[in-house]
Amino acid sequence: MLKLNPKFIPLAVTCCLFFLLFGVGAIQFEGFGTPRVFFNLLSDNAFLIIAAVGMTFVILSGGIDLSVGAVIALTGVVCSVLISKYQWHPLVVFPIVLIGGTAFGAIMGAIIHYYKMQPFIVTLAGMFFARGLASVISEESIPIEHEFYNQVSAFGFEVFGDAWIGSSTIICLLVLVAAIIIAHYTRFGGRVYAVGGDANSAALMGIPLAHTTIRIYAISAFLATLAGIVYSFYTFSGYSLAAVGVELDAIAAVVIGGTLLTGGYGYMFGTLMGVLIMGVVQTYISFDGTLSSWWTKIVIGGLLFCFIALQQLLVRTKPR
Amino acid sequence: MNLSQNQNLRRYLWPCAGLLVLLIINAIIAPEFFQIEFKDGRFYGSLIDVLNRAAPVALLAIGMALVIATGGVDLSVGSIMAIAGAASAYYITKGVDNLAIIIGAGLLAGLIAGAINGLLVGYMSIQPIVATLILMVAGRGIAQLMNEGQIVTFDHAGFSFLGTGDFLGLPFPVVLVIITFIVVQLLTRRTALGLYIEAVGANPSASHYMGLNAKAIKMSVYCVAGLCAALAGMIAAADIKGSDANNAGLWLELDAILAVVIGGASLMGGRFSIFLAVIGALIIQTLTVTIILSGIPPKFNLLIKASAIIIVLLMQSPLFQKQLGQLNFWAKKKEAKRA
Repeated sequence: MLKLNPKFIPLAVTCCLFFLLFGVGAIQFEGFGTPRVFFNLLSDNAFLIIAAVGMTFVILSGGIDLSVGAVIALTGVVCSVLISKYQWHPLVVFPIVLIGGTAFGAIMGAIIHYYKMQPFIVTLAGMFFARGLASVISEESIPIEHEFYNQVSAFGFEVFGDAWIGSSTIICLLVLVAAIIIAHYTRFGGRVYAVGGDANSAALMGIPLAHTTIRIYAISAFLATLAGIVYSFYTFSGYSLAAVGVELDAIAAVVIGGTLLTGGYGYMFGTLMGVLIMGVVQTYISFDGTLSSWWTKIVIGGLLFCFIALQQLLVRTKPR
Repeated sequence: MNLSQNQNLRRYLWPCAGLLVLLIINAIIAPEFFQIEFKDGRFYGSLIDVLNRAAPVALLAIGMALVIATGGVDLSVGSIMAIAGAASAYYITKGVDNLAIIIGAGLLAGLIAGAINGLLVGYMSIQPIVATLILMVAGRGIAQLMNEGQIVTFDHAGFSFLGTGDFLGLPFPVVLVIITFIVVQLLTRRTALGLYIEAVGANPSASHYMGLNAKAIKMSVYCVAGLCAALAGMIAAADIKGSDANNAGLWLELDAILAVVIGGASLMGGRFSIFLAVIGALIIQTLTVTIILSGIPPKFNLLIKASAIIIVLLMQSPLFQKQLGQLNFWAKKKEAKRA
């Protein structure tokens, strides 16, 4: 008999839950169980998947990044100002914002490491800072009008009949693959897990803590910036109050994806499933039509609780 | 003895000095800032306004100070505000006129929410950030569920008094803050509870070996935080004569955490001062007023707030203090060379 390695249990539970929810929807509603709905889940949540992948790195290392949503908003605002007001080409703007975002994350990581502050409060300040900067640049929503944006959003191809794979889906899948390789098959990935497992042991093993911590937060901010760019592909605008609370969605997705919040354990693939589960709940509620949207929040809260309880159970029963 | 007294003094010195500096800046920019009028049995003036506006955050900060002292954090207080407001509004719109039931419903909602947090953190040993995140996400949904997603408005003179009434010339929210402050202060400083809270936060394993029931202590602080949040939520609801589950108390949990941190508390737990937390809340509100008075557009609000947090945090960091000291040292050396 095939025996499941215990370390895959949370991941397996997450995957089963996704297929269960999707199956229930497919049985209950006509047109739910189609490839089209599934690929819409991917394209609608592409920016969240990208941000959540960054959050997974941070949480694996035992930290937390609350600045994600604000960085997404700031990215949108900077992009829209540079493109619409100054008429820069998006392909010139994107590298600039990506470098800026990465530097922002690196600074937060440096403050966390060198001044021995809690990631929670540093990234909270970062969140205020990014939102503040965004609203200083512009308080109004700025539309983005550029031929390149139209081309990007029109780009894509159909699969399985009527399912659509757009540019944001492609970007998010590429990010996911890259993240899986980095997290599970590189030296840096191993260091992230080691720091999350036990920072002191990791330091004694000779892992460069400063380098690793700074890189982790830089990656998270880089991906948040990329998520902001992808987000602007849907909205065609930049707004300082956009993407409020995305950091919490990302954290919830990572937890539902089976990553241990104390760090050191989890899989990138689980995060994808976490986002998809949240997306399925939303799709289910919109298909149903009679349930109100606030049920989404309650269901996600309930799921969060169940998964955290499951984690506690696994941690406690694990032989030491 | 002398040393510890000194340290204690220094702890109080910085936040109070900060508030004083802000007040002086305000007075320089706008001399009318300190004018207080007495009209219709009530004080009016910018200072009273600051106190009144700071009241919800001050209430949250009192509860948050205790939670942070145990080494935890409560992200759900903003959502609890929404739940408590919705619970009170529910009874008012159902035609209940008895003020005790209306306020009792709000407080009970806050107590239950706090107890859930306490259960998760204390008895299931889930990390506080995550445990309270659950209620932060789900709480607003629950608040909307109570009134079927509507923004309900109501007219109830007794309940509105909570937000807009006055007592002894002071706005009633300010009176509520003072009462809560005194009660919590007595509870923590005249009984051993305060010492227990600090012990659990400062060294969990040592306090465990001493026989302290850390679970029950954590439970009690989250319950107090829930009650404080419920009070703040009812003030907010009474103020606008309605319950808006989406926006009531939005982001106030962050302001409350900030207030406690500005008050000099360590997020790692340990020593706490409710007084300093309230001062922290006042500093945040005064800073907002300073920004408005100085003619800086309000859009700079967040940026200035963020800079303030970073500076306060850096000042608390031992390494930064050392670096500052070195800078001074070099400056002195240069002077010495010149001489």
